Amino acid sequence: MFYREAGDYKTSYAQDNQTFPIAFDRYRYYFVVAVGFALLPFVMTDYLANAILLPFLIYAIAAIGLNILVGYCGQVSLGTGGFMAVGAYTSYKLMTAFPWMDMVSVTLLSGLMTAIVGMAFGLPSLRIKGFYLAVATLAAQFFLVWLFNRVPWFFNYSASGQISAPERSMFGWAITGPAANPSVKYLFCLLFVFVLAWLARNLTRGSIGRQWMSIRDMDIAAEIIGVNPLRAKLSAFAVSSFYVGIAGSLFFTVYLGAVEVGASFGIQKSFLVLFMIIIGGLGSIFGSFAGAAFMVLLPVALTRIFADGFGWDTALARHIEFVIVGGLIMFFLIVEPHGLARLWALAKEKLRLWPFPY
Amino acid sequence: MPDQLLFAMEVSLNGLMTGIMYALVALGFVLIYKASGIFNYSQGVMALFAAMTLVGIQEGRVPFSHLINSIFGTHITEFGFEVPALLAILLTVAVMIAFALFVQKFVFRHLVGQEPIILFMATIGLAYFLEGVSDLMWGSEIRQLDVGLPQGINGAIDNATFEALGYGFFIDNLDISAAIIAAILVAVLIAFAQYTKQGRAMRAVADDHQAALSVGISLNYVWILVWSLAGIVALVAGVMWGSKSGVQFSLSLIALKALPVLMLGGFTSIPGAIIGGLIIGMGEALFEFVVSSNDLFGAWFGFTFSATENWFAYVLALAFLVFRPQGLFGERIIERV
Repeated sequence: MFYREAGDYKTSYAQDNQTFPIAFDRYRYYFVVAVGFALLPFVMTDYLANAILLPFLIYAIAAIGLNILVGYCGQVSLGTGGFMAVGAYTSYKLMTAFPWMDMVSVTLLSGLMTAIVGMAFGLPSLRIKGFYLAVATLAAQFFLVWLFNRVPWFFNYSASGQISAPERSMFGWAITGPAANPSVKYLFCLLFVFVLAWLARNLTRGSIGRQWMSIRDMDIAAEIIGVNPLRAKLSAFAVSSFYVGIAGSLFFTVYLGAVEVGASFGIQKSFLVLFMIIIGGLGSIFGSFAGAAFMVLLPVALTRIFADGFGWDTALARHIEFVIVGGLIMFFLIVEPHGLARLWALAKEKLRLWPFPY
Repeated sequence: MPDQLLFAMEVSLNGLMTGIMYALVALGFVLIYKASGIFNYSQGVMALFAAMTLVGIQEGRVPFSHLINSIFGTHITEFGFEVPALLAILLTVAVMIAFALFVQKFVFRHLVGQEPIILFMATIGLAYFLEGVSDLMWGSEIRQLDVGLPQGINGAIDNATFEALGYGFFIDNLDISAAIIAAILVAVLIAFAQYTKQGRAMRAVADDHQAALSVGISLNYVWILVWSLAGIVALVAGVMWGSKSGVQFSLSLIALKALPVLMLGGFTSIPGAIIGGLIIGMGEALFEFVVSSNDLFGAWFGFTFSATENWFAYVLALAFLVFRPQGLFGERIIERV
């Protein structure tokens, strides 16, 4: 009954084009942002930050990035793990080579570096399409992981082959390293998520976003009506890799602190992020958040239920998780190929008409 | 003959043998792709599942014993008898056919007419699902698989090359039997496709779904047939790889090795899968040999690399695809607006 356009008069084009045309949605959005920035940092605990919120925020960035490439531009990529590794290792090299550099610059530069690498690996997309391309991006995945594993310069010749983030702080608060406060880490990530999600939303509904979508729907037809496929595809690869690189950088510096490339950025990570956007919804920013939340919460919930609740061993809970995740992927593709975001949109449609659906 | 050249020859021969193993996995992909347009990512996990089932039946393990024990607090693990290899193989084939029925009934029948990339992602989901089921059924420990295939160095080749060249080549008996079995398998599959009624139906569906339907071929039946065949090919591949390096999770990763083979050979060609496998097997073995050798690569550049097998096949296939997007033997890609 509150969820109506009625009575919400729009007096300018800007108002007509806003992301949340319904007043209720707008206030809900302000409310979520307010809770995220003003309430959660004060009730933060170590468990909440490390088990749920930090991975959720970081995977949300990665999922938005991959969604731009797969959901909006239609270029399936299985190299997400490798690109996250580029972000992480760039941060590491920057942090150790230039100790005076602040963390925001480090993170942004890592994103830029990943964008360059992503564009290089995106070049074949001009010739190869569909799952030929999906398999080709695996080349990036395996090559990059091998590179960071085998070339000692990348991990500063450390004996273990691991990289670990030195302590860095901003405004007197430690952001990375073991001394960092979970609220500070959370706020740092949230800031990036907020800005990047806002940016992605506005990119995808602008001219460049429409070019991506026309390439996705049919690239030859798009080319005929004047979309430059080189620019559209490479810009999608660049923007997507930028996001993924920032996610990888935060994953290493803020969330984990120490990383072994094969274990943290392997092929499993690529699939994890891909599953997030399939379950969440291809071609939807909200879907990236929903999918990230779902895939982060599911293992936590299953471990809670099977391991803590029933007292089974964790290996068994893990196997059941595989069955459930795999089953859900197939279920979503059969029932609702547009994922949670579509279900959400349907619910909102219903709500607009409720309680008189005719 | 210089030593380096002899080593290189031995390495390439072994690479060729590995290539045949890759081709075995790739064959399963090609079968399904040709008949249904589904790019079946779960082929590698199917091989793992088949091999796990075979070992489990052979050793008389109780399926889902972990789960049962956890729920009911019991401690059963084995039935206490062993099944002979041949019977176990037949039972495993039955399980793979049941799996084909399941997949067709619950998943892919509902996805007819979807975009290829959606089908591809569904098979990734299937791979996860099957991996979980396999672990739940038989546990995730490494198992030794022995169905009576010969193993160890082949003495005849060792002696013959020693007499001819003064250096005995090391070739594993298992690799030789894999090559023979792969050759038989390909011959049987081609004969099946060419000379039986079911094979004709399969080719008709591969050519044009709609036309095949209109002359009365049951799409459902053909797809079940194809998934069963792919399951059997997966079993063969699983037995070969399992005998070589034990049945374990890493077996499912051979699917990742088969992908560049397919890209190189083309997704629609059985000979392409074989030749692609040979090129990749030999190429990666030789490349690794050269870049990790101190005398060759190290002498020129001053440093060496190792473990390049992980990515070499992909980069080779990628470089190749840029020049020929449909692979060596693939059908020409024609696109219309």
